[in-house]
Amino acid sequence: MPADFAIEAEGLRKSYKDVCALDGVDLQVPPGTVLGLLGPNGAGKTTAVRILTTLLPLDGGSARVAGLDVVREAAQLRSQIGLAGQYAAVDENLTGAENLEMVGRLYHLPKGEPRARAAELLERFELSDAADRLVRTYSGGMRRRLDLAAALVARPPVLFLDEPTTGLDPRSRIGLWETIEGRVAEGTTVLLTTQYLDEADRLADRISVIDHGRVIAEGSSDELKDQLGGERLDVTLESDADTEAAIAALEPIAAERPAAVDGVLRMPIRQRKGTIGAAVLRLNEAGVGIDDIAMSRPTLDDVFLTLTGHAAEAEGGDGAGPEGER
Amino acid sequence: MSSFRYAVADTLVLAKRSLLRIPRAPDLLLSFTVQPIMFVLLFAYVFGGAIETPGYSYIDFLMPGIIVQTMSFGGFITALGLSEDLKKGLIDRFRSLPMSRAAVLAGRTLADITTNSISITVMLVVGVIAGFSFDAPLIHIVAGILLLLLFGYAFSWVFAFVGLTSSSPEAAQSLGFIVIFPLTFISSAFVPVESMPGALQAFAEVNPFTIVVDAMRYLFLGAPAAGNNVWGAVAWSLGIAAVFAGLSVRKYKRAVVR
Repeated sequence: MPADFAIEAEGLRKSYKDVCALDGVDLQVPPGTVLGLLGPNGAGKTTAVRILTTLLPLDGGSARVAGLDVVREAAQLRSQIGLAGQYAAVDENLTGAENLEMVGRLYHLPKGEPRARAAELLERFELSDAADRLVRTYSGGMRRRLDLAAALVARPPVLFLDEPTTGLDPRSRIGLWETIEGRVAEGTTVLLTTQYLDEADRLADRISVIDHGRVIAEGSSDELKDQLGGERLDVTLESDADTEAAIAALEPIAAERPAAVDGVLRMPIRQRKGTIGAAVLRLNEAGVGIDDIAMSRPTLDDVFLTLTGHAAEAEGGDGAGPEGER
Repeated sequence: MSSFRYAVADTLVLAKRSLLRIPRAPDLLLSFTVQPIMFVLLFAYVFGGAIETPGYSYIDFLMPGIIVQTMSFGGFITALGLSEDLKKGLIDRFRSLPMSRAAVLAGRTLADITTNSISITVMLVVGVIAGFSFDAPLIHIVAGILLLLLFGYAFSWVFAFVGLTSSSPEAAQSLGFIVIFPLTFISSAFVPVESMPGALQAFAEVNPFTIVVDAMRYLFLGAPAAGNNVWGAVAWSLGIAAVFAGLSVRKYKRAVVR
């Protein structure tokens, strides 16, 4: 495959009636890397995944996945991708093994291969004990693992994961992350949508922040954080009444005037060395009591809040239904 | 393998999936075993005495009609299944796979033939116990059963379209019921058409249900009271199947999760 990018989209546009879901989205994902598509509900993440997986026609722009055009070469493209959705798309009235075998047959794997692959994946996803149980008896985490296993049946070079951990308990989330990391280590390209910043931070090589159908920022997690400036000193005061006095005391050693955010004084620093000591000294001299003081870097949360004007994790979602984004 | 052979193989994979469901969700089994028995007994013994059917005993008149009605509803399993698949995101998964675009629908409608066969068997057994008797050569009886399965298959495609169009499994079921139930009653299935008021009679005479029911009376009972349009019945079945298969596959290709 001579393509430079495993996933490449240019100027993707899509409207539903009068609602503009995608308004000119560009994406480029080099082979073997993970792109995190980060955005709130309704930002257009799922729409982008649907277009790239040939489920939705696009209104404008073009896209190629594994070197194949999503419109003209849709049929060939489908054998190169795996899709795991927001909610587990598995058949409740089949067993785990039957589900995976069915998917293997529909990928047209050679004879015997679907069954062998099913057993292998059930083992890897710790579902062997439940292999012959109907999926309707599975827990939410087990279904999600089975859904991801189904996406991996044909060892596709490109994997689309649409909010793969929404609604999972922390232990299952971490398990799923490890599996995804394992696939990437083997060379799979992944496009991952998420509204969880820690997920993007951990898994994604590059992050595209998407809001109202547009990519509003792009870069590695570190690059995005650097856009908000470097390190800062966070000071929690014993009494909020001292805020003005503290700002006055700290301003001479700050890069910019410190600001109070949610009861925490944030001070952009000039240099790391000596700053904590100087700050404590100055606050003591001013008679301001300190409850907590620490260096910190901007989190992706801060990035998100700054870029979009609203927080990313608007709601946890129970992962049970397809509502929310379209 | 050619794409046609893939399409056949995919369809069989999905038909098997539909059939595996039946023993695993046995409540579904009631609707195509107990329900038809109930209808046969209700019509034969509650209404039967009050309905004049010149030339036939009521049970003989009733059986072809009520089996045709049951066939037309057999496809609700397809509507229900497709609607659930849409809701749960399975249609998204299938559409992202390198499989035939018609296989999901063709697999389900194919599976309906099996459940319809069970319904026919159950109803004929109950009918015979209640006094129904064939009056036709074996070849006609076999042809009649094949016609019933063909007609049921055509309506499975109607239900496929209903399932892909409606907003929930519940809506799919009631939509199918509202559209098809009256059609089966304004026909020669349960009463002689001549007993209806003018406007209904005019409709009943051109209703495909009447054509199929009359064809079935000819095939199961010999001498027809009104027409014996077996080929007309076959043509209607093929026509309905073709139109709704086309509409359904079109709809499937654009189906989005709800």
